[in-house]
Amino acid sequence: MNNKEKILEVKQLKKYFLLRNGLFRTSSASIKAVDDISFAVYQGETLGIVGESGSGKSTLGRTILRLYEPTDGDIWFQGKNIAPLGERELKPFRKDMQMIFQDPFSSLNPQFTIKRIVEEPFLAQSKLSKKERTEKVLQLLEKVGLSEDALTKHPHEFSGGQRQRIGIARALAMNPKFIIADEPVSALDVSIQAQVLNLMKDLQEEFHLTYLFISHDLSVVKHISDRVGVMYLGRIMEIGPKNAIYDNPLHPYTKALLSSVPKTNLKAKRERITLHGEPPNPAEPPSGCAFRTRCPFAHDRCITERPKLAHQGEGHFVACHLFEKTAANSLSS
Amino acid sequence: MEKRETIAVGTMAADDILLEVEHLKTYFYLGKDKVAKAVDDVSFAIKRGETVALVGESGSGKSATSLSIMGLVPSPGKIVSGSIKLNGKELTRLSEKEMNNVRGRDIAMIFQEPMTSLDPLFPIGDQIAESLLRHKKLKKKEAKELAIELLKKVGFVRAEKMMKEYPHQLSGGMRQRVMIAIAMACNPQLLIADEPTTALDVTIQAQILDLMMDVKEEFDSAILLITHDLGVVAETADRVLVMYGGQIVEEGTVEEIFQQPKHPYTKGLLKSMPSLEMEVERLDAIPGSVPPSHQFPVGCRFADRCKFAMEICQKENPALFQTNGGRKVRCHLYESEEGEHE
Repeated sequence: MNNKEKILEVKQLKKYFLLRNGLFRTSSASIKAVDDISFAVYQGETLGIVGESGSGKSTLGRTILRLYEPTDGDIWFQGKNIAPLGERELKPFRKDMQMIFQDPFSSLNPQFTIKRIVEEPFLAQSKLSKKERTEKVLQLLEKVGLSEDALTKHPHEFSGGQRQRIGIARALAMNPKFIIADEPVSALDVSIQAQVLNLMKDLQEEFHLTYLFISHDLSVVKHISDRVGVMYLGRIMEIGPKNAIYDNPLHPYTKALLSSVPKTNLKAKRERITLHGEPPNPAEPPSGCAFRTRCPFAHDRCITERPKLAHQGEGHFVACHLFEKTAANSLSS
Repeated sequence: MEKRETIAVGTMAADDILLEVEHLKTYFYLGKDKVAKAVDDVSFAIKRGETVALVGESGSGKSATSLSIMGLVPSPGKIVSGSIKLNGKELTRLSEKEMNNVRGRDIAMIFQEPMTSLDPLFPIGDQIAESLLRHKKLKKKEAKELAIELLKKVGFVRAEKMMKEYPHQLSGGMRQRVMIAIAMACNPQLLIADEPTTALDVTIQAQILDLMMDVKEEFDSAILLITHDLGVVAETADRVLVMYGGQIVEEGTVEEIFQQPKHPYTKGLLKSMPSLEMEVERLDAIPGSVPPSHQFPVGCRFADRCKFAMEICQKENPALFQTNGGRKVRCHLYESEEGEHE
């Protein structure tokens, strides 16, 4: 994977949301939704980001796309740090980075026809004639498996799966290189979810797309991803090749998360690691390791010191004090 | 054809049966000539202490089935025909007042989003106590003590303090625990859980499923679990009912359904689901989508999406056939199998 070209690299990315309290809005705390995150995405791969609600995975996606203003850190996209750029300087990059949302209904204007929705990016970004735009829209609809009579219909006339296809068609309009998909199949029924996942794989191959695939669903992420990052309370706890994460998880949180997924194989042995309690309030994260309040292996050092992502070999990184010694070894070797 | 339709209870001893639903039809009258057949001739039974999962995608009629049992079908829907018996007592003919007594006391329900079923204006303790006072002859003080005990049973260590807290102060998982405490307050014989963990994170889901199973043991209740999540079904259910287009299309034990599914829809569902245990390059998706419940075709409701569809499937909706092995499948593929048996 390291031979491949990086399309995106985030370095020490932070996104804090200020909470203002009190009558005069004087006292302020902040939610560290993305708290010092660094990773790279390579050309043509799918990096899955899994996490529970409140882990900051959606904020991460939106901050990378500059839909949120980053608090600190770099976002290198195709060799340029786009974090400090203003809206005008960002415009050429906007074409190359697109987003697919969870609920296509709320991201599609209900008053517009499908033609108007899908051609929107052309109106903003190119100088095509009306006829050329219609042709483009038809091509896109065909690519996502919708027929010509969709053109004049409105979003409410489509099922959830079809609406997601429309959302994908719109994202593809400007020939993007990189797509962030935020829970794209979570609102869909299983049989429809499979159709959309297959479509996303086909399109990735055809258009050489790179995906950042954000989801709470560990099975879906395993299916679609090449590499996977696990987030908890604004931080990446573990990241690496898919098989390393799923077959040999190292972080106690990843282990618990994987063991909590209900299995359909009745013969499989169930060894569930039940996590007690709930994730802490992101406005008051624990000192040291974010997971220590629920971790069965937490010790003194976890209270005082935040573990860094340490390399365990073959691109597998984990942020846990249990693995830091071996990390030093593998880095020197 | 009709006589072949097997009634779900055929193989069970009568006194084991807690709930018996027969030929239930619940329709929604959406406008002139527009009738949504949400539940269309559904029959099944639940034994005492058993966990039965009702599985289906959105629009399959699973929630309408559970609302029918609770007597909570919202307008413009109504139970058109059929019977629902609890301990042999017909529920569909009860008055609103009589049904109120059954709800909460004999049958309790928990929903996907507990926030909508908890009253935001009252402390948790009052809401549990209210349920106790309505159905049991207790003094206020006794109800309060019992409420604390129930909160402890659903895993709250600081139950006394919890009594004074309001729903918005709790997380989603904690609210669902409170709902379970309220549901179990009167020791119901049947707990209907409609997507109880769908809104929860996977680590919290695991906690709630464990709790539901513990509570079921302790109170000796039966559970009707309504869900779209096959993983949850595999982990909790004894028997499974698969619904599609307002009808049960397959019924079997959890082993039968997961290890030897018969209906092409059940098979398709299992294959289209990505799993942690098995890796495939492409998912075997079921093409098309569920037909809307006001426009069911004349023939089999799954025929348009079925790769095994035959001529007869377009013309005639199959009955719920019983196969040689005692399985129940609504599919013409298994018709001949049954014919030989007779």
